[in-house]
Amino acid sequence: MKSNKIKIEEFNHWYGDNHVLKNINMDIKPNIVTAIMGPSGCGKSTLLRSINRINDLIPISRTSGSIYIDGENIFQENMDVYELRKRVGMVFQKPNPFPMSIYDNIAYAPKLHGVSTKDQLDKIVKDSLRGAALWDEVKDRLEDSAFGLSGGQQQRLCIARALSINPDIILMDEPCSALDPIATTKIEALMRELKEKYTVILVTHNLQQAARVSEMTAFMYLGEMMEFDNTRDIFENPSNTLTENYITGKFG
Amino acid sequence: METAKDNMKTRELAGKIILGFCFFSVAFSIISLAIILGDAIIDGLPYFDLQFITSYPSRFPEKAGILAALAGSLWIVVLTALFSFPLGVSAAIYLEEYAEHNRINRLINLNIANLAGVPSIVYGILGLGLFVDGLRLGRSVLAGALTMTLLILPVIIIASRESIRSIPREYREGAYALGATKWEVTRDIVFPQAFPGILTGTILALSRAIGEAAPMLAIAALVYVRFVPSGPLDRFTVMPIQIYNWVNLPQAEFRGLAAAGILVLLVVLLSMNFVAVYIRNKHQVRM
Repeated sequence: MKSNKIKIEEFNHWYGDNHVLKNINMDIKPNIVTAIMGPSGCGKSTLLRSINRINDLIPISRTSGSIYIDGENIFQENMDVYELRKRVGMVFQKPNPFPMSIYDNIAYAPKLHGVSTKDQLDKIVKDSLRGAALWDEVKDRLEDSAFGLSGGQQQRLCIARALSINPDIILMDEPCSALDPIATTKIEALMRELKEKYTVILVTHNLQQAARVSEMTAFMYLGEMMEFDNTRDIFENPSNTLTENYITGKFG
Repeated sequence: METAKDNMKTRELAGKIILGFCFFSVAFSIISLAIILGDAIIDGLPYFDLQFITSYPSRFPEKAGILAALAGSLWIVVLTALFSFPLGVSAAIYLEEYAEHNRINRLINLNIANLAGVPSIVYGILGLGLFVDGLRLGRSVLAGALTMTLLILPVIIIASRESIRSIPREYREGAYALGATKWEVTRDIVFPQAFPGILTGTILALSRAIGEAAPMLAIAALVYVRFVPSGPLDRFTVMPIQIYNWVNLPQAEFRGLAAAGILVLLVVLLSMNFVAVYIRNKHQVRM
């Protein structure tokens, strides 16, 4: 049995007095796509954002419990959050390229973390864009503004940007919800490629997407982890009635 | 009983009345401005020539010019810009990005808004005590510029904060998610995007500064100046003061000179505003 890449243990999250994650326990295996689904307000995005501690930016956030990545608790006292974010990349719901050229968007993070020679940066830009299946489309216009790309291309650019610092884990927060079906298909195909080298965790509103791309699926409801199983088992034979009602469209 | 048609007529009538009032307000503002400008142009244009811009004031109206005041105003504007821009922007960045949301900071925010409304003569008197006497700078350009810096700093801070605040959270989060520190996010993402708005706000604040007579009168206390400042510690006068002086002289020609002075002031003002609008437009198109 593969060891766990991420172990979420008795994890709670509050926004002020609002208890949004209740005693979450979850083991995430490496090199697969894990989908987290559930109706609006169930806490799936909050859970995802806890893995790279980007919720720290919200002043009224408070947590208890632990999240272990490769055995190390990322909420421990002396945790270097900047190192953590090098290992855990994130793609957001709405594509958010920086107002810079395509090249500079990808080169931004490596430069921050110390890569300085042009050859190294060129290589990283090329590899990242290849990894996001965008290289062929933009290789002749790397100096153009990122805003000139279509929505789907911008999102792949954001994926390439996340890949630029060579993370282990990629968090995707509803990455296709702002995209058209064709762009969505391309990104779903990309997810299947990415899991070869990375551990992918996907939050999605789209049940069919979770069924299409993931090996494991979690179902959350009002801050609790209701069910977490192989994708096939969850969709064909859910053990929880709530899960079954959600999948069959009775609510959500 | 009112029919649907009557009801619609009443509602449309209300809209038309309000529209009429708005139109009247705009027309009133534009016509007033046109009258003021027209008056200045009619009175001042005969005196508005190269000789006027390159001469010092004189007892004789045909020899008088605005050179000393123009140079003094430009000195003040440039020095004020040099001081107020870094101070204002740094304060805005700190207050927006770094300061916690506690009682002390809410108090600071409230007071900055209040400071923006304090009458400019108060700043003049403050400058007199603090810079002219306290720091022994004398009635110098430097003292004047420091006083004007204090005057426009609240305005720059408020405008800069607005600009910084308008940057969507997604851009910052994208950078944080890549492992950037708060300073890196501020330097690489927030500041470059906020810069056009900050610059526009600064230039507009400066264009207010150039027209302030009261605080400059308190600092400079000179009305009849026949030299151009050659350094920041020299004495000076500014255009509003010179214009005021001319208006009060008995000979009728000096009123024309005052109008010409107003025209010079307006040209400088309009140029600054034009630069501000140009910068803002250029950056909006790009994004």
